[in-house]
Amino acid sequence: MNATNGFTPGHSYFEATARQRLQQILDAGSFREFLAPETVEVSPHLAALDLPGAFDDGVIIGAASLGGRRVLVAAQEGRFMGGSVGEIHGAKIVGLLRRAVAERPDAVLLLVDSGGVRLHEANAGLIAISEIMRAVLTVRAAGVPVLALVGGSCGAFGGMGIVAKLCSAILISEEGRLALSGPEVIETVMGVEEFDSKDRALVWRVTGGKHRYLMGDCAELVEDDSAAFRLGALEYLDTHGEPEPSLFTLRAVQQHLSDRMVRFGAYRDGLEVWADLGVAQPQQVPLLDRDSLVALKKGLPA
Amino acid sequence: MNPPSSSRNWDSLRQGHARRLARAASLDLPRQLPAEQIVSLLEAVIEPGDRVCLEGNNQKQADFLAESLASCNPAVLHDLHMLMSVLALPSHVDLFERGLARKLDFSFSGPQGNRLARLVQDRQIEIGAIHTYLELFGRYFMDLTPNVCLIAAQAADAAGNLYTGPNTEDTPAIVEATAFKGGIVIAQVNELRESLPRVDVPAGWVDFVVVAPHPNYIEPLFTRDPAQITEVQVLMAMMAIKGIYAEYGVKRLNHGIGFDTAAIELLLPTYAADLGLKGKICTHWALNPHPTLIPAIEAGFIESVHCFGSEVGMDAYTAARSDVFFTGADGSMRSNRAFSQTAGLYACDMFIGSTLQMDLAGNSSTATLGRIAGFGGAPNMGSDPHGRRHVSPAWLKAGREASGSGAIRGRKLVVQMVETFREHMAPVFVDRLDAWALQESMGAELPPIMIYGDDVSHIVTEEGIANLLLCRSPEEREQAIRGVAGFTKVGMARDKRVVENLRDRGIIRRPADLGIDPRLATRDLLAARSIKDLVRCSGGLYAPPGRFRNW
Amino acid sequence: MEKLEFKFPSQPGKISPITALCGVVGSGNLEILVRTGSDADVCEVSIKTSARGFGEIWQAVLTDFAEHNPAGGTRIFINDMGATPAVVSLRLGQALTEYLGVAQ
Repeated sequence: MNATNGFTPGHSYFEATARQRLQQILDAGSFREFLAPETVEVSPHLAALDLPGAFDDGVIIGAASLGGRRVLVAAQEGRFMGGSVGEIHGAKIVGLLRRAVAERPDAVLLLVDSGGVRLHEANAGLIAISEIMRAVLTVRAAGVPVLALVGGSCGAFGGMGIVAKLCSAILISEEGRLALSGPEVIETVMGVEEFDSKDRALVWRVTGGKHRYLMGDCAELVEDDSAAFRLGALEYLDTHGEPEPSLFTLRAVQQHLSDRMVRFGAYRDGLEVWADLGVAQPQQVPLLDRDSLVALKKGLPA
Repeated sequence: MNPPSSSRNWDSLRQGHARRLARAASLDLPRQLPAEQIVSLLEAVIEPGDRVCLEGNNQKQADFLAESLASCNPAVLHDLHMLMSVLALPSHVDLFERGLARKLDFSFSGPQGNRLARLVQDRQIEIGAIHTYLELFGRYFMDLTPNVCLIAAQAADAAGNLYTGPNTEDTPAIVEATAFKGGIVIAQVNELRESLPRVDVPAGWVDFVVVAPHPNYIEPLFTRDPAQITEVQVLMAMMAIKGIYAEYGVKRLNHGIGFDTAAIELLLPTYAADLGLKGKICTHWALNPHPTLIPAIEAGFIESVHCFGSEVGMDAYTAARSDVFFTGADGSMRSNRAFSQTAGLYACDMFIGSTLQMDLAGNSSTATLGRIAGFGGAPNMGSDPHGRRHVSPAWLKAGREASGSGAIRGRKLVVQMVETFREHMAPVFVDRLDAWALQESMGAELPPIMIYGDDVSHIVTEEGIANLLLCRSPEEREQAIRGVAGFTKVGMARDKRVVENLRDRGIIRRPADLGIDPRLATRDLLAARSIKDLVRCSGGLYAPPGRFRNW
Repeated sequence: MEKLEFKFPSQPGKISPITALCGVVGSGNLEILVRTGSDADVCEVSIKTSARGFGEIWQAVLTDFAEHNPAGGTRIFINDMGATPAVVSLRLGQALTEYLGVAQ
């Protein structure tokens, strides 16, 4: 990086709205929205709580092409109620996934940007999340890869963290975050000594894209740029098919996770995990750019 | 007739100084003492009724000395008269609640504003006055000279020389007033070093040094995350650049802190450069090293910046840009609040900042009910100094707009930049400032007005720019203010005919009058849209605090 | 939540085949949907807002918008989470531009 050369920001994926992300990632003009605004109810649960809803209930679904491939896609809007999954929001995603089973597109893209279940819709939201999980597995069993793209302000937390992990692969930016309980939830339940949710650098060392990539939770680490997400998704689809589900693979993954728990379970910070992984200067990791980090991971002991 | 001098003692201050040092010596308290002995020292060298200057600003805080003073025995130390730039820490208020201190002269109270207001109402504190920084520093050399000062520095050597690092801030002004008028100077330092990078305070001016158990606290108060800048702020920044900076050719200036002015800083290398303004505006600054200045500096827009203090994370960057910032031979920056405030008062052609409330005379205030906030430095910068004599094109043009072509003096541009409503639909434009109610509840002589209306030259809102210099009567001024007050009650009560007339005369200018399409005011114009962009733009030299990182 | 309904006379604009959607229902923000309405000389607006008691200001902001833009023949729906008038005006301008843009 040159210290004096003019730096120009690109199309930040983090900063874009869900609709902008769709425009920037998919082939130009190819997106066709299902259940466009006004053709579907706004959330009756929010109305009952005297809150204004959104026309799309915080998720946009539709069909498009990506580098000429036929894809179905859902994009969550993190700025509307934290991208939370309410009844209609969830039903739209489930419907999209069921359509994928019927239509067999080349892939399904989930642009995840969500804190999880919409608490205002309680059970309806919880049921929706479990239906999404089941539907993702059904789509994959039908041989259609499901890619999760994680790089929005809400990351992928709660039920949507689980959904992301059920996908064929996750593409994440270093701004992206992936975990089950959110930092504020952990702090509220376990105390600030356990986890200081205001220490943003710590939050990213534990849930952020770089950590998830080093841990092997995410297939690709991409720049915070819509073009990089597009390219990452294309490269993944070029090089990976959706394998047949197998008990052997599942058991191997389960064993890997158990081993990981034993190895890293006592650590308090990503820094300790990275040192254990063989990173010589773990404190430098948060400052590395994407390419350097990818190179660093390649050089780590297997 | 006997010479009058024979009957009095002419060095009582010096004798007092020796007496205090002797008391410390009798307790075996060395010049460089361990942290555990600090309370004994304070109780030995401070006397009841002393004027004690406790260093602390909106940035650097002598926090260990503040806590130590607050834990002294009120039976030994009482009736202290505290002199403080900023009342910011809980320990500052403890001094009064515990009965150690009685009177306060200060400048700004920030986060302790609520507790301070309660103390005033309960008569547990006597406020001398709320000053601007320069006034308070000035009074240190007049009638408020400290008997003892408690200061903060980065490091000391064995001889007692001090290195203040980039956050020099108020230290020179405080030490100068104390050390040269028989006062005791006590410094907390973060570390002892064999040799200092440079000497900011010579050992001969310092009486005691203590290594604090924790590094002194510094608040990253001047960091604004570009991610939070709104489209409306971008629009107002475009209007300010095109309608004021370019019109007057403003080269020397100060910016208040806030997202409005951060937006301007981030539009310099993009929007302003596209207007051909590089080299024509914003070349010389009195300003802290705002991280949002980085793109404009890297683009070569900015020639020089003198700082009041430093900013957390900016030390490596300022050191690496010594053509722009004031740095020592060691390479690190030296700030100085007193000099930078002087530059802001006398050597700047423009101040632009924001406020919480403005009335129909253009008076503005950040005071809210139940909270004594104080002034800080904004009124130094945001006032037209009638003593100025040197000429610049911006100053002359403003003076001639105000007084006609025969003007015998110029005029500083004092610009208030506000969105007509703040969050939660609180109107900025009001018939009556909360400051008046606060004055009554405080029993003060004057309402706490931040910028006086007669000093304000321009108001920028999302609706337009009002040029108050061109108004020829109080009624015109009032309509000019109403004319940019948007959909606030004050704005909707405008006389539409008069406002249109003001627009015809160029006193009010809408975005369209400036050739600006509000729909083009997008965040894409910002030279950096996140803290990470700023880090990249600095070539990795800017190291933002953890709370501003999302990677 | 408060629901508000307004009708304003406005200069007829082009009839567009699209429905335009601008903005997000986030804190201090709003989404605006613009589609073809029933009366060419009228701009009809329905609002759902989380902030109660600002009907007079909404009316003033929208009156100003309908006076200065060819918004006749549009039907506008707004979901609001406490946006300031500055944001509302900006977003209305963007939404109408998007709606009319396709009609050319």
